[in-house]
Amino acid sequence: MLDASSPFDRLPNKPGVGYKPQHFAEIMEDPGPVAWLEIHAENYMGAGGRPLAQMRALAERFAISVHGVGLSIGGEGRLDPEHLARLKHLIGWLKPASFSEHLAWSTHDSHFLNDLLPLPYTAATLARVCDHIDEVQEVVGRQMLLENPSTYLAFSESDMLEVDFLSEIATRTGCGLLFDVNNVFVSATNQQTDPLSYIDAFPLDKVGEIHLGGHDEDEDDHGATLLIDSHGKPVVDPVWALYDHTIARGGAKPTLIEWDNDVPEWPVLAAEAARAETALAQLAQ
Amino acid sequence: MTGQADFTQALLDPKQAVPEGLVDPQGRPAPKRFDVYRNNVAVSLTDALETAFPVIHKLLGDDFFRAMAGVYLRAHPPSSALMMYYGAAMPAFLRSFEPVSHLPYLADVARLEIAIREAYHSADSTPIAPETLGALAPNDLMQARFTLAPALRIVTSDWPIHALWQFNMAGGPKPQMQAQDVMVARPEFDPVQTVLPVGAAMFVTALGQDEPLGTAFERVTQTHSDFDLSATLGCLLGASVLTSLTIGPPT
Repeated sequence: MLDASSPFDRLPNKPGVGYKPQHFAEIMEDPGPVAWLEIHAENYMGAGGRPLAQMRALAERFAISVHGVGLSIGGEGRLDPEHLARLKHLIGWLKPASFSEHLAWSTHDSHFLNDLLPLPYTAATLARVCDHIDEVQEVVGRQMLLENPSTYLAFSESDMLEVDFLSEIATRTGCGLLFDVNNVFVSATNQQTDPLSYIDAFPLDKVGEIHLGGHDEDEDDHGATLLIDSHGKPVVDPVWALYDHTIARGGAKPTLIEWDNDVPEWPVLAAEAARAETALAQLAQ
Repeated sequence: MTGQADFTQALLDPKQAVPEGLVDPQGRPAPKRFDVYRNNVAVSLTDALETAFPVIHKLLGDDFFRAMAGVYLRAHPPSSALMMYYGAAMPAFLRSFEPVSHLPYLADVARLEIAIREAYHSADSTPIAPETLGALAPNDLMQARFTLAPALRIVTSDWPIHALWQFNMAGGPKPQMQAQDVMVARPEFDPVQTVLPVGAAMFVTALGQDEPLGTAFERVTQTHSDFDLSATLGCLLGASVLTSLTIGPPT
């Protein structure tokens, strides 16, 4: 397999999108406001074929962010050494501008559950997550970014705030953070907390990338609003407002539009990226 | 404490109670909130199976397929994060899943769909030029040993699995009852199916085990006297399956 070796060593402070193969031709022809692309690591862990060939072509022109969804950093068990080796191989092959994963777990006892499952925020889980991040950064040989989760419930055993939990992880491990503004909005709605306070308490100086995405709306057992992080719709106005607040406070950051389900035609996705571009441009004035 | 073992069990079994200690903002039990995770797991794995087995999905219909996927994903949750390979146990599952026992060809169709997906993601390779074989002296040809493309998969069946695939995915004619051995290969990026002539599956398998062409030919003709060598070599060359050749014994 020829080395893909992207020449870009960092993500620009511009809009990016989650890459979908159906958009390949349009992106190569005219990416519009889209300056970089993010891929889910697991989709590029095959041995060859079209996925890797497309990535080799895209990596010559765009900074690439590798975003893992299957490492289970919050898992009680040890990290899967095979999966870690696959990740190391992919990152060595592609040399992406950024690598990120989630504050979540997805594997238990070799069962992979294909969802980002929640963690209690305690000293014990903090120590475990930090150990796993240390291991990832050592094996992969580079800094990673850790993303704040969308949550739907709380653990009665939690005795730390999520924002303090993430800050402490970044301090202890030296990892950076990926700030998902839609996740902030979804979790704050679901946990009935204030998203602005969360943003104001967040160590934005450690944020290497921002995510924006859409969500669905439901109700819990007591009729309270329950937002679901579905990545299948446009970003809603309240999330754009929180994004403006975030970059006003933390400065311009690489900003990703995440749209993974019911993926729209390219112009729709590019229009979302253009909206982020406008927000970033207004900040510069 | 809410352990991940309990969490996992309750996720996969909707009849199981939600683990203690998972609460809403007022500290109350939150079953509907837990159901979001249950639903995410079931829907995402069902979607992955639907992507993996489009023909099975079409043959059974959406409602039946998704209900069956719910049974499958609980019996066979993924063992790795590579969703592109999820569903490896589907053929065995279909053979033993009583509600589809009247459709005995389903398991072989699932084997074909797995072969196509594996071929799609397998390593790239460069085929030998077709004229390479024609240029060999007959004796050299008989002693030639080959390496085969990593994408190559052979699916043998007593059922018309290729015709079923064509009928459901590409508007092919109504399948006629016949056995079909199918070779899946990937000349470029899209997997291509070839229905193999009689005995060819055995022949290709022997080549894949590093047997010289002549030995493989003799083996096949013992059970298939009508084996057509030149037609079979034409299939292999046409599908870019032969990637290198050496003459003489293994070094």
